[in-house]
Amino acid sequence: MAHVVTFVSGLLFALGLGISQMTQPQKITNFLNFIGDWDPSLLLVMAGASGVYFITHQVILRRPAPVMGQRFQLPTRREIDRPLIMGAALFGIGWGMVGFCPGPALASIVTGNESVMIFVLAMGVGMYAFEVLDVRFSMEPDGGAGLLPRQPAGKI
Amino acid sequence: MENFTPVSALIGGMIIGLAASLMLFLNGRICGVSGIFGGLLHFNKGETLWRFSFVAGLLCGGVLLLLYHPQSMAINIPYSGPTVMLAGLLVGIGTRMGSGCTSGHGICGVSRLAPRSLIATGVFLASGSIAAIAVNQFMGGQA
Repeated sequence: MAHVVTFVSGLLFALGLGISQMTQPQKITNFLNFIGDWDPSLLLVMAGASGVYFITHQVILRRPAPVMGQRFQLPTRREIDRPLIMGAALFGIGWGMVGFCPGPALASIVTGNESVMIFVLAMGVGMYAFEVLDVRFSMEPDGGAGLLPRQPAGKI
Repeated sequence: MENFTPVSALIGGMIIGLAASLMLFLNGRICGVSGIFGGLLHFNKGETLWRFSFVAGLLCGGVLLLLYHPQSMAINIPYSGPTVMLAGLLVGIGTRMGSGCTSGHGICGVSRLAPRSLIATGVFLASGSIAAIAVNQFMGGQA
């Protein structure tokens, strides 16, 4: 029961995406393609979200534990390694090509739009394939969201 | 810049920030959509329900938007099936390899001033711009 509270976070997340129109791929590509007809909206979405989180996370982390758990589970790794750079670069290319990242794509499934379906399916296949084909890189199987033992140095 | 929507962008962004704060407050986790969704692709006791609930919330939010703010869900993707598929694959592989996407790195990580997230965000903004410019300026938006 306890963990279903994350439903509220997902719901609010989707509403924020919709209100800021980040569900519309053109808003993303018109931001990234800054030599075209530039739309800086995404910058303000990031500023609004980061501004709020910058303050709230400091207040929340003063608590000994979250409401529904034993402890906070934040990423602890600090090293800038090749998978981080290569992964971010590949993600960016896919993001810039059509203007979708995982959040808006998932929230838009409900439109029944064929391209959205293809995108989400391919994204799932990509995630799964990566983990199956190259386990060496999947050092954070939940994308850095969970608590993991520290990797021994030099294992990358 | 006639498409610039500063007010709705700022308000929507702050709501996203609140959603991420709620995830931290209630569940003690980073609100990274790629990580949460990726973790659903294989069952893991104690790890599946909260992820599933978050994604269900995202979808229900999508339904509310369809009902009450339909213009935000009027999605027009002028690209061919193979292009969309390739983009999806790259996003899937890239977010797992790089341990995050626009939410986990771009919002949560940047706000926490996490060095990995600051670097990742810079990299995907740069490669995303290159891709968007290539598709829209040099291929006429027809990929």
